[in-house]
Amino acid sequence: MSSRRVVNALMSTLTAACALLGVAVLVLILGYIAWRGVSSLSLQFLIDTPKPVGEGGGIGNAILGTLLLLALASVIGLPLGVAAGVYLAEFGRGWFAGVVRFVSETLTGVPSIVTGVFVYTLVVLPMRQFSALAGGVALGLIMIPVVTRTTEEMLRLVPASLREGALALGAPQWRVTTGVVLPAAAPGIATGAMLAVARVSGETAPLLFTAFGSRFFNVYLDQPVASLTVQIFNYALSPYDEWHAQAWAATLVLMTLILVINVSVRLLTRRKF
Amino acid sequence: MNNPAPASPSPASEYGARARAWDWRRALAPTGNVGDAVFRAALFGCALLLLLIVVAMFVEIGSNARLSISRFGLPFLAGREWNPVRGEFGALPFVYGTVVSSLLALALAVPVSLGIAVFLVEQAPRALARLLAFLVELLAAIPSVVYGLWGIFVLAPFLREHVEPPLQKALGWLPFFQGTVTGIGLLTGGVILAIMVTPIVTAVVRDVLAAVPVSQREAALALGATKWETTRVVLANGAPGIAGAIILGLGRAVGETMAVTMVIGNRPEISASLFQPSYTIASVIANEFTEATGDLYLSALVELGLVLFLVTFVVNGAARLLVWSVTRGTSGVARA
Repeated sequence: MSSRRVVNALMSTLTAACALLGVAVLVLILGYIAWRGVSSLSLQFLIDTPKPVGEGGGIGNAILGTLLLLALASVIGLPLGVAAGVYLAEFGRGWFAGVVRFVSETLTGVPSIVTGVFVYTLVVLPMRQFSALAGGVALGLIMIPVVTRTTEEMLRLVPASLREGALALGAPQWRVTTGVVLPAAAPGIATGAMLAVARVSGETAPLLFTAFGSRFFNVYLDQPVASLTVQIFNYALSPYDEWHAQAWAATLVLMTLILVINVSVRLLTRRKF
Repeated sequence: MNNPAPASPSPASEYGARARAWDWRRALAPTGNVGDAVFRAALFGCALLLLLIVVAMFVEIGSNARLSISRFGLPFLAGREWNPVRGEFGALPFVYGTVVSSLLALALAVPVSLGIAVFLVEQAPRALARLLAFLVELLAAIPSVVYGLWGIFVLAPFLREHVEPPLQKALGWLPFFQGTVTGIGLLTGGVILAIMVTPIVTAVVRDVLAAVPVSQREAALALGATKWETTRVVLANGAPGIAGAIILGLGRAVGETMAVTMVIGNRPEISASLFQPSYTIASVIANEFTEATGDLYLSALVELGLVLFLVTFVVNGAARLLVWSVTRGTSGVARA
């Protein structure tokens, strides 16, 4: 065998090993979460509020809080993100759209903790307290550029012939977009929105000083609210084994939510894209 | 790209209309239809709002950092002491911890990411590549705080028992591997970050490699190149995009907060040893923001946030331009 072939075989093996390593790390992490999480999981744990060490307690308020924050974030982030995405896909040809596209992409990479600092100065300081509203605004801001990009990509997949057909029938452009293009792209936009929700459901840093956290059930927007991620963070850094075990169980709940969204999106979109 | 808009239906009266007074409908939408004008203006407003949010972020964070900026000026970034009790605020330990942990992460993650991307695009059968790509992307779906939890209870003990002692034995004469072995420190932070940036770098490199024309591969193969030699041609073609992917990974590593906070040790000291605790810009904001007493303390933390914002914005912008230079014209670019 020539040395060139040896190098070829070597490199092929190496790249395959890299892929294997990546998957192995994933399996290790998910497997460990499942193993540690299951042992502390119970129905009581899912509906209880946190209690002092030794008395059990659960994450019911954190689950509710996370759902509340995600709902708020969706209300803020989805309409804005979809609208901006529609603008970029349907009218986005000039320099202005180029700038919006670039800034939106760049914003995706800005650390979420910076968004937290921004929302702290924008919402928390004037309101003089941490609140669910502030947490929802922070998560919503993080969602916007993500939704904008997926919406634009999905609209671009709609064949031009659909638009031309509708225009040829005499429909004005706004009817073409809302009545023909958006419905055609709706499944794609919905999956993009689900992925955006999955992404912000794991955010912790922007919630530390906006939603803050709470030991009680709370549905009021002007009050601090618990979330799964902040709860995991606090329990992980505590010195108690019992709270560590609860952190793993809460992680299992959070990962289940995220994985279900990711895998179902994958299964739903496998054929089309 | 940049196709002209489909010609608007132009009735003969259009020429007459131009002579008439300025028409708001026509100014907003080329079709001159009321619905179109309103619709287009509303969407334009949303897109504009996205820009305004970024401007507002700079203005808000900047104005809240003004106290600290005017007090310390540029030496803020060079100050070695961070002691809120005595009113000393120097950011150098955080800058150091951020830079070292991020570079360490890239050193570990980039070779592996390149390997995975090459395997996915150039070698694996299509069905396997799809599955693997999905699994690697799932790594990006795991929240930062979960990586932190795993880092504290699995990775840190593992490194303390099985990696750091041998490293110290073999390379202990280097300043990077001296001191007590605790499992909590720069090295653990770097490894966690490496795992977290791998899916992002992989995804972008994969898009870049996929955007390299097939004709390049065919030409190399036709000249008798082996598979690996062909891959080198492809890599050379995608070099600017790969550079962009790496910088994108850097931006992500610099801003990563929770996982690093949980394993890096959170001590504002500068030490050459990778085994020693350190602190990053994002971590100090996460840890001390709610405890900051006094306007100057808070302002100093906000200024750190401003630094982080500026750095990641510039880094991400530059990376994006590099990636676009390669993948422009192909669909589905740069999902990360």
